[in-house]
Amino acid sequence: MTTTTQAPPGSDRPGGAPSRGGRRDRKPSPSRRREARFAYLLLLPAILATVVLVALPVLWNVTISLQSLRLIELRNFTPFGFLQAELGFDNFRLVTGQREFWPTVGRTVVYALAGTVLSLLLGVWAALAMRRPFRGRGAVKALLLVPYVLPVVAAAFVWRTMLSPQYGVVNAWGHDWFGWSRVDFFGQQSIDLPLVGTVPLAFSTVIAFEAWRYFPFAFIFVYARLQAIPKHLYEAATIDGATITQQFRHVTFPALRGVLAVLFLLRFIWNFNDFTNIYLLTGGGAGTRVISIEIYEWLIGRSNPGAAAALSLILAAVMLVVLTVYVRWQARKDQA
Amino acid sequence: MSRHAFEERFFRIARRVSIAFFVGITAFPLLVMLGLSFRPVSSLLNEPGRLLPRLSEIDLGGYTRILSSREDGGFGFGGFIGNSAYIAGVTVVLSLSFGILAAYAATRLRYRGASFVNASILMVYLFPPLVFAVPLFVMFTRLGMRPSFTAVIIIYFAYTLPLALYMLRNYFSSVPADIEEAARIDGASRLGVIRHVIVPLSAPAIATVGIYVFMSAWDEFLFALLFLVEDRGSWTVALGINQLEANVGTPTTVLMAGCVVITIPVVVAFSLAQRFLTEGLTSGSVKD
Repeated sequence: MTTTTQAPPGSDRPGGAPSRGGRRDRKPSPSRRREARFAYLLLLPAILATVVLVALPVLWNVTISLQSLRLIELRNFTPFGFLQAELGFDNFRLVTGQREFWPTVGRTVVYALAGTVLSLLLGVWAALAMRRPFRGRGAVKALLLVPYVLPVVAAAFVWRTMLSPQYGVVNAWGHDWFGWSRVDFFGQQSIDLPLVGTVPLAFSTVIAFEAWRYFPFAFIFVYARLQAIPKHLYEAATIDGATITQQFRHVTFPALRGVLAVLFLLRFIWNFNDFTNIYLLTGGGAGTRVISIEIYEWLIGRSNPGAAAALSLILAAVMLVVLTVYVRWQARKDQA
Repeated sequence: MSRHAFEERFFRIARRVSIAFFVGITAFPLLVMLGLSFRPVSSLLNEPGRLLPRLSEIDLGGYTRILSSREDGGFGFGGFIGNSAYIAGVTVVLSLSFGILAAYAATRLRYRGASFVNASILMVYLFPPLVFAVPLFVMFTRLGMRPSFTAVIIIYFAYTLPLALYMLRNYFSSVPADIEEAARIDGASRLGVIRHVIVPLSAPAIATVGIYVFMSAWDEFLFALLFLVEDRGSWTVALGINQLEANVGTPTTVLMAGCVVITIPVVVAFSLAQRFLTEGLTSGSVKD
């Protein structure tokens, strides 16, 4: 592919100059330069929005985390005020010195991991079950996307209502049919179950909600990938006498590995950063407090943006550590 | 029975059970929501175990109470719908117009740094939202823009633009370049080409992306909570449901009616766009 074939029509190269030989011209033609200038112009708003509202805030966040800044003092705040301010790691010492700091970090990792793994399992399971055509498959497929599409406030409120200890349908049925005493799923820190022992109740329920809400996301991608596996692979496997489980192990699963790795990464990152689900379900109470809830607490509840900024950087750092471990582990597994 | 025959039979049954299970876990909450929205709250408290309303007790009072304004004794949800529609609408217009321009540049024009722009578009979504929520909160508070729709719209715009750009870019690259060249030879400017060739040809894709942006803005909670919570008059629907439950003490069935009302636009929009959305999201990701 030479650049000549791509040259825009109407470009006024004088006398159809000889082919300019590859991309690395020493002097771009005027039309080429005009094209690039136009491209920058079109991209400018997008780049500007990203720089001002995403990149700069991340940098401000660092400077905020190094200053002592209370909400009341905001009147004097400027983005460059840190040049005169006294900088230090007090905010980091403050947030990491909390008695609940390490448990919160651990809880965040468990929440993200468990929610991710469960939603992927459910998604793969649903995609496999829906794989063969049946009457009404289109409708069922649309229905399965509901948890993901439903506004999150509505989804959370319906769950809170269904599981409410006073008037929730789940408790009513459990009481009438199995003789449960009423269970406060989102308000009770732990519950003793026969055979299993003590289970963190509210935390498990929140994870179940997360798995339920996000399995459609995995379902869409896995379903699409399944459709793309060539039929002849299965025909060959059948001729070789492979059973359904063997076909899954040797044909289907290897085909899904790539999608699953990407889905795992994305979902892990998003679940790790999740604030909304937990805030809406428990407000961070009953043993469900994760880092993002704690950040909100520092920012709004305790009016301390400096500490909130420091903790948000710690959140990003912990996420980075876990992701690095995961990517390393994946790479080693691929080598083996 | 051979292993083959056993597996055949086992998985035939397992498939049916699984489909029933998934229909159950997705349809049940919807049923609860719809059923409760038509019942008076006293009926819920008396008979929490019943899903659907009795014919005799069907009550649209939940809907009228949630929607009517506070002067009329309601909860003013109509106003929240207006706020959300306005915020989401403006976000869609901004995100689409700048997304279209940028996607055109990304697919059709050559410039230095193109590969960097293409590779980094989606990086935004890997940052924890709270990492920029804190500084944006500080900045907009300092600028006196809290509560303010402008702050929220700007943030939604910046946050939906990369995905809009990414999806539009995928669609634009499938529009044949010949048509565009013909228009250029006929003397159309590049902006003219975008307006008269690219946009009409990718209208379904643009509509889909618009619907996606609308849904994200309609549903967003964190930034609405940070920037709009102080002023009841500027609550969005998402904030409205949460605040009416947490702080105002609204009957459950009335709030359920509110949930149905905010779910309807999303479900309608999604079913219109479902095909394009799922294909647009998964295209390019399913190949090895």
